[in-house]
Amino acid sequence: MEAGSHSRSQVEAPTGRVPVWALGAIPLVLIVGALAALLTVGGDTLGERLGPPVEEIAVERTVLRPGEIELTVRNTGPDAVTVAQMFVNDTYVDYRATDNEIGRSGTEAFTLNYPWQQDSPYLVTLVSETGATTEHEIPVAVETPAPDGGFYGLMALLGVYVGVIPVALGMLFLPFLRRVREHWIRFFMAITIGLLGFLAIDAYLEGTEIAESGTGAFGGAALLFIGAGAAYLGLAALDRVLRERGQRAREAGASALQLSLLVAIGIGLHNLGEGLAIGSAYAVGELALGAFLVFGFALHNTTEGLAIVAPLSAYRRPSLARLGALGLIAGAPAILGAFIGASAYNPEFAALLIGVGIGAIVQVIVQLVPAIRDRAGRALYPASVGGILAGAAVLYATGFLVAA
Amino acid sequence: MKIDRRQLLGGGALAAAGALTALDPRGNRAVAQNAAAGHGMNGHGGGANGATLRKGATVDHRANGFNPTDILRDFDEGRPRRLASGRTLREWEVVAADKEIEIAPGIKYPAWTFNGRIPGPSLRAREGERLRVRFVNGSAHPHTMHFHGIHPAEMDGVPGVGPGLIEPGKSVVYEFDAEPFGMHLYHCHTGPLAEHIARGMYGAFIVDPKQGREEADELLMMMNGFNTNFDAEGNQVYAVNSIAFHYVNEPIRVRRGELVRIYLANILEYDPINSFHLHGNFFEFFPTGTRLQPTDFTDTIGMVQGQRGILEVRFPNTGMFMFHAHKTEFADLGWMGFFEVL
Repeated sequence: MEAGSHSRSQVEAPTGRVPVWALGAIPLVLIVGALAALLTVGGDTLGERLGPPVEEIAVERTVLRPGEIELTVRNTGPDAVTVAQMFVNDTYVDYRATDNEIGRSGTEAFTLNYPWQQDSPYLVTLVSETGATTEHEIPVAVETPAPDGGFYGLMALLGVYVGVIPVALGMLFLPFLRRVREHWIRFFMAITIGLLGFLAIDAYLEGTEIAESGTGAFGGAALLFIGAGAAYLGLAALDRVLRERGQRAREAGASALQLSLLVAIGIGLHNLGEGLAIGSAYAVGELALGAFLVFGFALHNTTEGLAIVAPLSAYRRPSLARLGALGLIAGAPAILGAFIGASAYNPEFAALLIGVGIGAIVQVIVQLVPAIRDRAGRALYPASVGGILAGAAVLYATGFLVAA
Repeated sequence: MKIDRRQLLGGGALAAAGALTALDPRGNRAVAQNAAAGHGMNGHGGGANGATLRKGATVDHRANGFNPTDILRDFDEGRPRRLASGRTLREWEVVAADKEIEIAPGIKYPAWTFNGRIPGPSLRAREGERLRVRFVNGSAHPHTMHFHGIHPAEMDGVPGVGPGLIEPGKSVVYEFDAEPFGMHLYHCHTGPLAEHIARGMYGAFIVDPKQGREEADELLMMMNGFNTNFDAEGNQVYAVNSIAFHYVNEPIRVRRGELVRIYLANILEYDPINSFHLHGNFFEFFPTGTRLQPTDFTDTIGMVQGQRGILEVRFPNTGMFMFHAHKTEFADLGWMGFFEVL
């Protein structure tokens, strides 16, 4: 240690006259200056590009009102694009827009005057000034719900059905879990891991599909990983903070409550994405409403409640308020997700949120693994493997009940 | 004299009144047609009222160098000269040029043209005359002029026969007799053939019968289209005389009871068939115009690419009468117009 600090002071000596902040600021100023120079004159040194302008635009959002189709179009390419005309199903249409030119990365809203019919498919073609065409498919035309009180009420109800009620039902297993033996607890925790693992994979597959349906302007499928990474690391940091507090308090069973909280947060973030998918499916008329939807999700998501209370089996007396809070943390985000999904759906934003859900779930799985270790410290043994597979199988099977 | 449409819009009733008096079957009707744009059909289209291009947007005909309203009645009879034999020699010069054409408001198409317009000049002669067409290739690509008609093999304007391909900067003289009488075509025959036609290299070649035809208000209509994204699968813009919905914006003015003769051809590339349908009236149809007796009295005819004919109609009623492809997909994509019968 002595030798190390000695050599360090030797290195500092020759540059000691220049303040440290200046050493940091000088390269920063040089970099900014060089970039500015490149921006203004650097491009000219390379001359013109070989080909014509690259015209890449994509429809980010479609709103259908009686007699009108509103498209929000984003420029995803390197050059400005000017939309010259549009036709719907091979018929030229009149449309309104504040500007026909869409700058790089910019968006523009176009309102088309077209008598579309409920339940019919449409193909909108945008013709640019150079004659290049961009097609946008509307698989089934359904009037976009107006964001009024009744609509938000319906979305809230959907969120309650899909998130809050199933989670609360699952939590009813708590008294049972508190009475069963320790190896059964480990088995139920293994089931939870299986459930969550399946959810993560399922969400990844769905998220990839959703990301690819977007414009790709903000990274497409990469957003899944960005969301997942941020959620995983964020929850890992939260876990560290909670643990340090718990150690100071030395409260018995506190770690069990923390684990439940983490599981609830993880599932909550997942339900946010699920609500989003349901809300957006509702908005485009793809959601089959009715008893089957409510029943299916209840069965499917009840297992999530089980996952929250499984770590609590060793905890002495969780208050009803705490249990209620855990349930709301896990279930209520479905309501928010449904709002967002139905009123401001954007595939790439959805992909980001689904990624967040995935990262949260993976973090929770990592947290749960110690809870299934047997006395010999093994995580994988016949009972735990059976539990994991059973959990995955339950979600796989009940997944058929919900086609949202 | 040509008056810009926009200049006339402000003129209102005065211009419209002047336009009526300017109608005459043989003269230049640009004034009358341009004035017609100021009223009438501005309400057509939009929503359930039918297909329309973006409202308020217009094509810059001046930049294009031609207006489809003028092309209707612009027949190019060349420079005739009587030979010692008593026969008439008729001469033209046609120049190929690459040119950007605004085929619908805001849509610019990189066209290849004859004399800077699409369709090219409507070359018109009389049966039995000697014809001499000097073709100058001012385009950056090799081209030819291939005439439909009866002529020697070396005058056929195809690669590898006679003068063959005419390279950029080069010229050639095609010389042949005007036969048979009828409504014919000429077009470039360079490969890839579909592209050289689709880019705009075609025009009408009309041979009048020796004894002539009955006096009429004569119109040239070339059914065409543009595959703006170059995918060689159908077209994005369909029209008569190139500009989508042009005759909706500027209806063709004709007079009630007067004989109207339409020289109609289909040169549409990338689609197997085209058609012509007239509302509220029936016409006599002369296939290829090579017989003086009509074969049909109808309001709808179909044509494959290269097929053409002559339509004769007298409008018994005044008012607005639509005409369009009865392949209605083409109509909704620009091949639609109006006659305004006065």
